Amino acid sequence: MTTDGNTKTGGMISGSMLAIDAKDMHYKELNKIIRESILSGVKNILLENVNGQYYIGDGIKGDDITITVNGVPGNDLGVFMDGPSIIVNNNVQDNIGNTMNAGKITVNGDAGDVIGYGMRGGRIYIRGNAGYRIGIHMKGYNEQIPVIIIGGKVGSFFGEYMAGGVMVLLSLDNSEESVGEYFGVGMHGGAIYMKQKIDFSKYSKEVEFLEANDSDMSFLKKYLSEYAKDFNLSSEDLIKGPFYKIIPSSARPYAHLYTSAAF
Amino acid sequence: MLRLKNNFSIEHDIAGCGLCGIINIKKIRTNGEDIKKAIALEHDRGNGLGGGFAVYGCYPEYSELYAFHVMYDDIAAKEAAEEYFKNNFIIEKQESIPIFKTSKINDHPILHRYFMKPKSDREDRLFNELKDDDFVVKSVMLINSDYDGAYVFSSGKNMGAFKGVGYPEDIADFYMLDNVEGYMWTAHNRFPTNTPGWWGGAHPFTLLDWSIVHNGEISSYGINKRYLEMFKYNLALKTDTEVIAYILDLLIRKHGLPVEMAMNVLAAPFYQTIDKMEPEQKELYTALRQIYGSALLNGPFAIIFGYPDGMVALNDRIKLRPLVAGTKGDFTYIASEESSIREICSSPDVVWSPKAGEPIIIKTVKTDAKTAINTENISQKQRLIIS
Amino acid sequence: MTKSSFTNVQSEYLAVIDHAKCIRCKRCIQNCGWGTYSFGGDKIIADHSKCVACGRCYTYCPEGAISILKNPTVMRENGNWQDYHIKNIWRQSETGGIAISGMGTPLKYKKYFDHILLDACQVTNPPIDPLREPMELKTFLGKKPSKIELDFNEDGQPVLKNKMPPQIELATPFMFAPMSYGSISLNAQKAMALAARALGIVMNIGEGGLHDELVPFGKNIIVQVASGRFGVNRDYLNSGAAVEIKIGQGAKPGIGGHLPGEKIGADISRTRMIPAGTDAISPAPHHDIYSIEDLRQLIYAIKEAVNYEKPVSVKVAAVHNIAAIVSGVVRAGADIVYIDGFSGGTGAAPTIVRDNVGIPIEIALAQVDQRLREEGIRNEASLIAAGSIRSSADAVKAIALGADAVAIGTAALITMGCHVCGKCHTGNCSWGITTQRPELTRRLDPEEYGEKLYNLINAWSHEMKEVLGAMGVNSIESLRGSKERLRGIELTDSELKALGIKHAGM
Repeated sequence: MTTDGNTKTGGMISGSMLAIDAKDMHYKELNKIIRESILSGVKNILLENVNGQYYIGDGIKGDDITITVNGVPGNDLGVFMDGPSIIVNNNVQDNIGNTMNAGKITVNGDAGDVIGYGMRGGRIYIRGNAGYRIGIHMKGYNEQIPVIIIGGKVGSFFGEYMAGGVMVLLSLDNSEESVGEYFGVGMHGGAIYMKQKIDFSKYSKEVEFLEANDSDMSFLKKYLSEYAKDFNLSSEDLIKGPFYKIIPSSARPYAHLYTSAAF
Repeated sequence: MLRLKNNFSIEHDIAGCGLCGIINIKKIRTNGEDIKKAIALEHDRGNGLGGGFAVYGCYPEYSELYAFHVMYDDIAAKEAAEEYFKNNFIIEKQESIPIFKTSKINDHPILHRYFMKPKSDREDRLFNELKDDDFVVKSVMLINSDYDGAYVFSSGKNMGAFKGVGYPEDIADFYMLDNVEGYMWTAHNRFPTNTPGWWGGAHPFTLLDWSIVHNGEISSYGINKRYLEMFKYNLALKTDTEVIAYILDLLIRKHGLPVEMAMNVLAAPFYQTIDKMEPEQKELYTALRQIYGSALLNGPFAIIFGYPDGMVALNDRIKLRPLVAGTKGDFTYIASEESSIREICSSPDVVWSPKAGEPIIIKTVKTDAKTAINTENISQKQRLIIS
Repeated sequence: MTKSSFTNVQSEYLAVIDHAKCIRCKRCIQNCGWGTYSFGGDKIIADHSKCVACGRCYTYCPEGAISILKNPTVMRENGNWQDYHIKNIWRQSETGGIAISGMGTPLKYKKYFDHILLDACQVTNPPIDPLREPMELKTFLGKKPSKIELDFNEDGQPVLKNKMPPQIELATPFMFAPMSYGSISLNAQKAMALAARALGIVMNIGEGGLHDELVPFGKNIIVQVASGRFGVNRDYLNSGAAVEIKIGQGAKPGIGGHLPGEKIGADISRTRMIPAGTDAISPAPHHDIYSIEDLRQLIYAIKEAVNYEKPVSVKVAAVHNIAAIVSGVVRAGADIVYIDGFSGGTGAAPTIVRDNVGIPIEIALAQVDQRLREEGIRNEASLIAAGSIRSSADAVKAIALGADAVAIGTAALITMGCHVCGKCHTGNCSWGITTQRPELTRRLDPEEYGEKLYNLINAWSHEMKEVLGAMGVNSIESLRGSKERLRGIELTDSELKALGIKHAGM
């Protein structure tokens, strides 16, 4: 354990708070300290001088745990995470929230590619832009509704194979179209909300483009208010409609694709 | 036709055999008479197609130098190999290996020995920093695989192998081993079945200071060979014995295993034995098998393995080949048959047969140590170490 | 597109009832999952077009009154245009669909196992009697260090300096191949779990999540992470003996999976953690793996999540460049590599892929083992061979070609009654294996078939011991990778070279 403040990791513990200077630390060592601190009852972890360490928050559990990251964390931030919150005060790289089950990742910056892949629950809030394949194969199951909100724009393949959950694209700082090509291809569950009205005819034929209704808005309000609070934005401005909604036309997009072979 | 190397088109040379070993733990040297008598008694275990001896302590005046024993088909082969030696070694002395021509051994290669050490500025130093031992191993493999008509059959310090095609007692006379003295001797009588017999294929097989004599066939040869190839050993001879020597070299010299542990790789305890061990021991023995499963020697074998600090005898883990040991004062004797021991030591202090897969390890001692070997309860000991 | 009013697709089989023997018990009607039989007032009537020759009806007909015959109405014979070419054209021209099939390819490709012979001892070294002398099959799967590191305790005894990397311990070098709940029934999975526990081996739950009822079998289960990430969370990763990343499958290299929505009932929905009724799509790639370093990233994401306490396996299909691929996978940190050969089974695959993509496991294995040895990294990962291991002989040969263990899928299903009709994808399996229809799945008793699986693996293990004994070795590790004990017959020089073995007589 490295919570006595005297080790080379520079761990500082006060109450259930632990500060770690991650400078030049390998991810294996850093994540071991994080896992062991959580086991020993630490609730708040501050990581300073993070730069590129993979897997921060990998598989950790506990709704009352918060990790604050100063610096740019490495790929797979919050992979398999089940409850905790991670606040990143910089940009993030690829694969954050990969196969995440519950918890929250807040990014005060931009995000890389493949965010929330296979994500089953929890929230990912990105203040800035995000890359390709955001929310790919995102799922939802029973009461678990994964939510990704992106403040800026996204790359192509937004919501590819999306099977459940909700994504919101706010396009806050962009006037031009804020999604790339192949939007919603293979989408067969969940919903994507956009503030920007786009010409949907050029995108996937597997989805429908509608105007969000009151029940959509009452669902969104809770998340958008939280997003506004997290990033010091005006909640009123954010919630103000209209919002547009993209949903799959069928939960079975490939139902007629196959035929049984002779043998 | 004389053959130095195994150029026969076989995957794997196999042989039946007899073997003997003598060690004086205080390093008192004796000549080759006793070992010759002992192995001669096992005459019928061989077929005249291979006999040989290894002796330790035979070159005390050159004890810091590598003693290369080399066989050559002809002068051209000798000149080619010597060119390599001159370029890479400082040769302190070289001479013909003394021989006595007998009617029993009527066709033999040129036999020459060199006392030398690798040059500190040898060419390969440009690329890497091989230790002297590693460089010697590399040189032996290079000569044996790439130099036609040349074969290095001994390369250790203060030890030597003397071997050839013939019955071992005739080979002893051929090399005049009654003029050679050492504190440890091993001997081998060979019955090759796959090949007509070749000078290099006689035992002992040696590499640096290791020497092996071996009876039986290693049924796991195929995988042992592929395993060693992963560690860049070049198995040019296609013999079981070569495999054993290289495994020992890998385990003891390169991986730093104590001799006892190395024996636990060669003849690993069965899992049902391991499962009964205390947790820490169980973990170790399980790991040994997990890591070195491909180095397990499977099939019938008995070996005597010599190294400067002692002698180890081991048979396979279900005891398919015979092995007997006896002691008398500072001497320990090991043989395929008890009668070989009785032939040279009519009243040993104790005679016993080791259990399957349990090594007998005899280590030499400083000359001022107490003389007597403690022979109490020898047969009950799980791992016998006499020192 | 409008459907034709008639179909050109002939009945392949005729379900012929001997009405003199038939006692009208209607067991055939109940047993047939395909709806072939109905009761026509006074006798059983068969709709031949529905019969797939799955063998259930005649197995359970108490009077032996049913014969399944190949339809004698001939298609005009043509060596080039096989009847399946013609029938597939008719079928596809009616539906416009991609032809899909179940099981491994039925086409007659050369089977290399059938051209390899084993060695035995005579005189110069002795065979060992496997019934009375010890004979070891125990196998550990996982990364092995290249050398042991020792410390010495206060008594001067050597002890391990570092813990061994995590291993899966198998009492015998067999395991059950990954088959998901969804592709097969829960009862079929339970039968394998029961057998695996009794045998001291492992089964693999495939990519469909871990059903609650299998949780107690964790020590004998490998959990899988595939591109669909079904049922994958932190607890799931920690619930088995190892975690496997599924990259590919021998029956469909480079192709994803697709469990149609109609098979996603409440129970499968819970296990896969997706809503009922939606398609369960496994994309062709993992969308966090587009390159080898990304595989490394996922391997270590999993190792972090399991605190480095479980080995991570990577399952790949045998494709042309498999040796280099596996080398990369090993260097990416995989502790185990599962290689699934051409002709391996599937619940559903595009027929074009199943029948035409990949290379045989024998060659893939030989190449991979050799490559890893040349690179000096064979110890870094264990190899599992799969792709239609039909007998203990195939298993022995696979191990001699370099496998640490073999996985059996189709053979396990055959044990449960499967007649390899290849219609797994339809969900009508009369044997209760590749179906989720409760009236069909309930007939597969996990205890009964668990025992049969136990018997099969026991029988094959005994046969393996017989062969080891004949070869004069008493431990499987002395056979593993020992190509010296194999010889080829009726093989070309190129084939022998690819396999790394000599021709018989050499």
